Amino acid sequence: MPGQFFIDPWQPVDMALITHGHADHARWGMKKYLCHHFTVPILKSRIGPDIQVQGIGYGEAITINGVQVSFHPAGHIIGSAQIRLAYKGKVTVISGDYKLQEDGLSTPFEAIKCHEYVSESTFGLPIYQWNKVEKQNEEMANWVQQNQSYKKTSVFVGYSLGKAQRIMKAVEGIAPLYVHYSIHKLNQAYESVGIQLPKYEVMDFREDVKHVNQGIVVVPPALVDSNVIRKIPNMAYAICSGWMTVRGARRWRSADAGFAISDHADWHDLLTAIKSTGAEKVYVTHGQTAVFTKYLNEIGIEAQEVKTEFGEEEDEAPTTKLEGSVL
Amino acid sequence: MKAFASLVHALDSTNKTTQKMEAIHHFFEIAEDKDKLWFLALFSGRRPKRGVSTTLLREWVKEITGIPEWLFLESYASVGDLGETISLLLPPPTGYMDFSLAEWMDKIHNLSSYDESKKKEFILEVWANLPHQERFIFNKLLGGSFRLGVSTKGLINAISSYYSLEASAVSHSIMGEWTVENSSFEELIHGQYVDSNLSKPYPFCLAYPIEDVEQTLTDMQDWQIEYKWDGIRGQVIKRNQEVFIWSRGEELVTDQFPEIVEEIKNWEGDFVLDGEILAIADGEILNFTALQKRLNRKVISKKLLEEVPVGLYLYDILEIAYQDVRQESMHARRALLEGLLADKPLINIKISPLIQVDSLESLKSVREHARDINSEGLMLKHTNSVYHVGRKKGDWWKWKLDPLTIDAVLIYAQKGSGRRSSHYTDYTFAVRDGDNLVTIAKAYSGLTDKEIQEVSRFVNKNAVEKFGPVRTVKPELVFEIAFEGIGWSTRHKAGVALRFPRILRWRKDKTVAEIDNLESVKKLIQ
Repeated sequence: MPGQFFIDPWQPVDMALITHGHADHARWGMKKYLCHHFTVPILKSRIGPDIQVQGIGYGEAITINGVQVSFHPAGHIIGSAQIRLAYKGKVTVISGDYKLQEDGLSTPFEAIKCHEYVSESTFGLPIYQWNKVEKQNEEMANWVQQNQSYKKTSVFVGYSLGKAQRIMKAVEGIAPLYVHYSIHKLNQAYESVGIQLPKYEVMDFREDVKHVNQGIVVVPPALVDSNVIRKIPNMAYAICSGWMTVRGARRWRSADAGFAISDHADWHDLLTAIKSTGAEKVYVTHGQTAVFTKYLNEIGIEAQEVKTEFGEEEDEAPTTKLEGSVL
Repeated sequence: MKAFASLVHALDSTNKTTQKMEAIHHFFEIAEDKDKLWFLALFSGRRPKRGVSTTLLREWVKEITGIPEWLFLESYASVGDLGETISLLLPPPTGYMDFSLAEWMDKIHNLSSYDESKKKEFILEVWANLPHQERFIFNKLLGGSFRLGVSTKGLINAISSYYSLEASAVSHSIMGEWTVENSSFEELIHGQYVDSNLSKPYPFCLAYPIEDVEQTLTDMQDWQIEYKWDGIRGQVIKRNQEVFIWSRGEELVTDQFPEIVEEIKNWEGDFVLDGEILAIADGEILNFTALQKRLNRKVISKKLLEEVPVGLYLYDILEIAYQDVRQESMHARRALLEGLLADKPLINIKISPLIQVDSLESLKSVREHARDINSEGLMLKHTNSVYHVGRKKGDWWKWKLDPLTIDAVLIYAQKGSGRRSSHYTDYTFAVRDGDNLVTIAKAYSGLTDKEIQEVSRFVNKNAVEKFGPVRTVKPELVFEIAFEGIGWSTRHKAGVALRFPRILRWRKDKTVAEIDNLESVKKLIQ
């Protein structure tokens, strides 16, 4: 592409188009950022208030060096976008991360017709089939109530951008809700663009935390193995991640519970999304690239693996990610 | 099955013993007698016969989901459990079938008499009517294997605390052969079938590795010291003219060792003995690799009987003339054992000799030379010790030889199963053979979770294959492999077999240029 810009770059560049605010997509050091309006406060909060960032609405087209660029809802987290590029009649869509399930917080995924589609394949195995949102919420609520009957505090572990807010909504109104500071910071970004979140209190782990007893606490993954979380008296903790589908993964993490809730598409939704674009060629990045590419080719969709420099993503290794201040 | 499913789920989602106990107690409160019996049977490894083959189950799930074989295998490799993989692949249920555990087991039992189309009809209907957790359990029940979240020992403890019984009494009561059809749970755990069952063994008394030899052996006179033999531990029972041999895995292995059975049959009296089954030729104890040829065979040929004769070295006596003598002191039991053997023509069976030394120094030197006679170290038993149930710290210690070690390089990795299915945990190692690498051992244990994660990341980045369960990796990571013994082998490419290999540590300080070569490994063979 002759556009002189890069999408979710890992090296400092002059012009970066950002699909969404997760740390493995939005990195520091770019001269200029372009992203959806809702992602602007997230970038400012995470990278720095002084970065040069321009917001754009869904479906709004601009031209950069002859390439027509527009952002379209990806349904992954708030402000997440698929980026559509049109040049000399050829349309390519870079989907970033996406999901089809509606979480009630992010703008629902829209299928964009294109010639070439770049898709992730984090959960590109047929064993990954998400439950309906209502069912997920019901299971989480039941777990909280079961904990309360044992006089326990329910601690949910989820990535602070996207997952944490979904958890908050899922358990709204069952018990007093407390969130870790790093989540609160991102909640502010949500609220600044007019999204209503359930009422919560910010937890200060430097203080005594006994008052949270039998309530609900939401913390980011980095806290799981830390001493901080153990300050919560009589707690049971649940990890919320697509990987929790598999028993072995749940037991590996030795959590009290695991909820298979993901901001990525499951197997069927990956296929649905790809088919709905009508793309002649699909590029597969991230996750089960080899398996998913092979399967697409077998069912008659031309596909190719793309190697990326991505490290491990938020949904891949929840313990290895450190973010925000631990206290 | 909801009660059983939530029990399994509860056992599965905590590693805190108290919570597991609570969950089991709750199940005892609400479950029917037959359900409890099945729970006990399944969790103590009593598997019913498989009524439908896994091949058929795999065919049907592929047919329902339309996924190709290779994709099924990728999924299986990623999940690590067949029953769980199948359940995850199937579409969500459209209804619900509600039966108790015992009712399900009946239905599963009936499968054996069905023809294939009737089997299929039944299985598909069940799959379409159970939510994931119960569907997964159903699949496990079909296979009969059920070892989730609680050990037999943990189960025994749960029963003994709930019913206020002695743990040793419970484990005695539930050992041996009983069937769900012919038993009642309450009667079984209260030991009502013990007398009627001649083969019923006692739980083995086990030893802990010694922690501080100097502190322990302050007075040598207080200790009975023997060699620790490297065979398989066996409990030999003779009651009412019948002979039974139990292995430590609580399996009846009587038929595997006819020479021992023959000899014991000719002895007068009734008794229960504890000893080590060993391969012995011309009075010399052979190494474990030799004994292995005799193990787990359905038929033992005359040739094999001549090639690898088996004998028994006796350690202890637990019962004599139907009298349980386990609470007698070691000293007294040894005297009883010697008394029993006094007038017997000992052919393949011997008493394990005592080691008489006057100082710790000379004992250390005996230990150093233990490997020369294919022993793996020493056993120290306090002369006042009773025959405990299981492991108890303080009066039985094993003082094993330091393991042999080599440095080898990781060449293949495979994902584990169960808890380990999300990481590469099963490794194959190689040593140098000229300019090539040759496979020397497989090892599955010895690394911490953190190290496993690190190795997994390396495997993901450096794997040659993209499909299938086994990944060939760049020979780069060097590990120190420990093992208990080494012998010649025709089955292994390297020509040697290691006994009980495991990873001692990750040698991050070493490169592949510094690993051992096959010639030096072979020199370790006695």
